[in-house]
Amino acid sequence: MSGQEREIVFENVSKFYGEVLGVNRVNLSIPAGITSLVGPNGSGKTTLMNLMTGLLRPTQGRICVLGVRPDQPDVLFRFVGYCTQYDSFPRGMTGYQFIYSYLRLYGKTHTEAGELTVNALERVKLTDAADRKIAGYSKGMRQRIKLAQAIAHWPRVLVLDEPLNGLDPLVRAETITLFRSLAEEGLHVIISSHILHEVDAISDQVILLSSGYVVAEGKIHGVRTEVEEHPMQILIRCARPSVLASHIFELDSVVEARVHNDGKGLLIRTRDPDRFYLMLNRLVVEGVDLESVAPADDDVHSVYEYLIGPDGGSI
Amino acid sequence: MNTAPWSLWRAQVLAILRLEIKKNFLARRGLWVYLLALGPVVLFGGHSLVMLRHGRACDLGRDNLIFATVFQFFYLRLAVFFGCVGVFMNLFRGEMLEKSLHYYLLAPVRREVLLAGKYLAGVITTSVIFCTSTALSLAVLYLHFHPSVVEQYMNGGGLGHVFAYVGTTALACIGYGGVFLVMSFLFRNPIIPAAVVLVWESLNPFLPAVLKKLSVIFYLQSLSPLQPPVKGDWAFLAVLANPTPAYLAIPGLLLVTAAGLFLAARQVQKLEINYGAE
Repeated sequence: MSGQEREIVFENVSKFYGEVLGVNRVNLSIPAGITSLVGPNGSGKTTLMNLMTGLLRPTQGRICVLGVRPDQPDVLFRFVGYCTQYDSFPRGMTGYQFIYSYLRLYGKTHTEAGELTVNALERVKLTDAADRKIAGYSKGMRQRIKLAQAIAHWPRVLVLDEPLNGLDPLVRAETITLFRSLAEEGLHVIISSHILHEVDAISDQVILLSSGYVVAEGKIHGVRTEVEEHPMQILIRCARPSVLASHIFELDSVVEARVHNDGKGLLIRTRDPDRFYLMLNRLVVEGVDLESVAPADDDVHSVYEYLIGPDGGSI
Repeated sequence: MNTAPWSLWRAQVLAILRLEIKKNFLARRGLWVYLLALGPVVLFGGHSLVMLRHGRACDLGRDNLIFATVFQFFYLRLAVFFGCVGVFMNLFRGEMLEKSLHYYLLAPVRREVLLAGKYLAGVITTSVIFCTSTALSLAVLYLHFHPSVVEQYMNGGGLGHVFAYVGTTALACIGYGGVFLVMSFLFRNPIIPAAVVLVWESLNPFLPAVLKKLSVIFYLQSLSPLQPPVKGDWAFLAVLANPTPAYLAIPGLLLVTAAGLFLAARQVQKLEINYGAE
């Protein structure tokens, strides 16, 4: 299999709605695993998802989803499932009818479609509500029935637009576990979310969007390392932070060191984390006692703030 | 999948029909389609009841000509016409407004197959409604005649007329369905295409021979079993100087429909989901 057949590829893709920019000159290669699209409202997350599923056509550029163009729905949706953000359903249907009816479009027999429907409902824990009209579902249930519809045919690529919206904390945790297990099975799971700490917890890689442009992509750590204008923050837990600080100030690459608010650690900012970690190892060998060392801004939230800004939308 | 696309497409069209037909028949916004179809039934039923109450019967030949006039002027040009506007303009546009069209577009169905399924669902819906209405109108029209008179008429070619009326109604649904399906992709407001097509169809008698053939009513008029007895200045509206024989009129109408569906298939390929713009 070539790289294009294993990845979701955007090549110089732009989308304009008349004169309004959707996304501009996007180049991406999305591997298997959980990829989060992060950005403020209007940054182009949904546009990107709609483009990769053929609901929108690019103004220019080329898209391939595991080697298949999005304008071939008869091939694409054999292995792609998309849970959109639209909170609307065909009228008068029960949860079971909704999933079953659209599975019949795959050419499934009555029995096959029935079995897949039951399975999908079990996976999202909606079996008890299967025979109730969707119109009477709560927001969380509607979100789950959409998810069930997207995963019912066991897709290899799952695109999820704000899938955690409206879910209560327990279901949210279960849904995240479901995403994780799907990613571990080798699926491509593309998630857009506003909830950064959840994105941080579940993502293998992130794509940061702002005003229709991809501002960063890759694994969080890699993206963070590339943000050179903001020195890396490292939190060192130790019993005597002031002693440690006196050693650390000798290093050129350390631009700031301050005792943590609780007095039990030192928060430093360095432009050369690799050199800093080496120096820290030497200190430990020399007998300085450290409890733990961890990056303090190596997460989606910090990267987002550095690249897009703290007021970059309704995050 | 490519080895047996026809069986897959057939299964997909059947799945679309299962979803669409119930929706079409039960759509709240389609209530006026039923009212249009019921109009002639009520009219002819009322006429028969009045005649029965007074113990009188009209002349069957005259009533047949009245029906032919109503069929041409109301049924084909207004009832079926606007009924098809209501059903076919909403096949895609209605789901756009309800924000549920994307479920179809996210299934492994070729857009042309989706179009075919939805179109067939529309044809079945409108044909059932209007063919039933045509048959019912004729049934209630003959209600006040003595059964022997009706039997004699049916045996003497009347049954053929009934089939011709019902068949012409079905062809009207097929023809106008194709026209309004393509219009639904070109216009957001159904009033505009309805007005444009209505004017075009009404202008048919004045058009040159070639352009006449680019309409639905031209073929339907030829297929009506009886020509309305319109005389005087307005006769040209209903009376065809040279009616096209059925063996040409039916393929002609199907060709016009096929052209509409071809254009609709091109449009559906370009269809994007942008509910915000609706």
